[in-house]
Amino acid sequence: MSADLRAKVARQFIEAIPHAKALGMAFVEIGDGLAELAMPYDERLIGDPATGVVHGGAISTLMDTCSGAAVMAHPANPGSTATLDLRIDYMRSAAPGQALVARAECYHVTRTVAFVRAVAMDDDRDNPVATATGAFTIEPAKAKA
Amino acid sequence: MRKRPEPMQVVKERRDRALATLVAGVPYIQFLNITFDRRGDELTSVLNFDEQIIGNPMLPAIHGGVTAAFLETTAIIQLGWQELWHEIEGGDASALEALPSLPKTIDFTVDYLRSGLPRDAYARAQVNRSGRRYASVHVEAWQDNRSRLFAQATGHFLMPSDAELAE
Repeated sequence: MSADLRAKVARQFIEAIPHAKALGMAFVEIGDGLAELAMPYDERLIGDPATGVVHGGAISTLMDTCSGAAVMAHPANPGSTATLDLRIDYMRSAAPGQALVARAECYHVTRTVAFVRAVAMDDDRDNPVATATGAFTIEPAKAKA
Repeated sequence: MRKRPEPMQVVKERRDRALATLVAGVPYIQFLNITFDRRGDELTSVLNFDEQIIGNPMLPAIHGGVTAAFLETTAIIQLGWQELWHEIEGGDASALEALPSLPKTIDFTVDYLRSGLPRDAYARAQVNRSGRRYASVHVEAWQDNRSRLFAQATGHFLMPSDAELAE
């Protein structure tokens, strides 16, 4: 499969996810084992009403989705993927009112497992909001009927 | 002579009101439609199924991010609830007036054991260590059988008094 087609498939895979749609996620970039996914600020996602800071769970969801996209966009060409393990470190609160962007890199794959790291940022790109590392399954591509 | 126990309704109403106050303040909990069952001080959180939480439409399965968020919310509310319980059962009625501040997540590790089926999910948190500044919490989530977990997680949290100082 060509890199362009793979990116298209990965994009379709993510855009068909009901929960990614519910959060308004949109791709910024997708390429060989790399994905960048944006999520707009939304008052429904607030975790701390006193400050308007987005809940950590929404940031986890953004990074998990972005990591899955990076796996799907990897040249190893998985048919599908699922999260095995995800660790998230929260460095600071996301600035209220700002969109969040996650960037994920699938840095190693075996026949069965993909290893990914991801970072989530608001407008201050040099000062990450959270980072994540995860292991994902590689589901073999099904033979086309 | 031993003091006469409070009427059951007074006790229940106080505890239910405290829990509702803790949960109602967080829009994201309403967004995911997570609710809490209480038996005495024991909480079970419920992720009420909705098509919107699907992450893999082919299987279909609950989004891994939603599972992580559900477990994290369960841990945070459990910690907040324990603090609040001591206050309200210690006779400090004023604890119910102000919105209690919740702990902040430092890190959270989720172990996905099987895919989340398109139906309600349940979770309970166990606080393994709760100090003045930090807490360590383990959470287990299941759907049909309590002993067949579909996900578990461990996380560290910064307790509210110190979280405020860190600002």
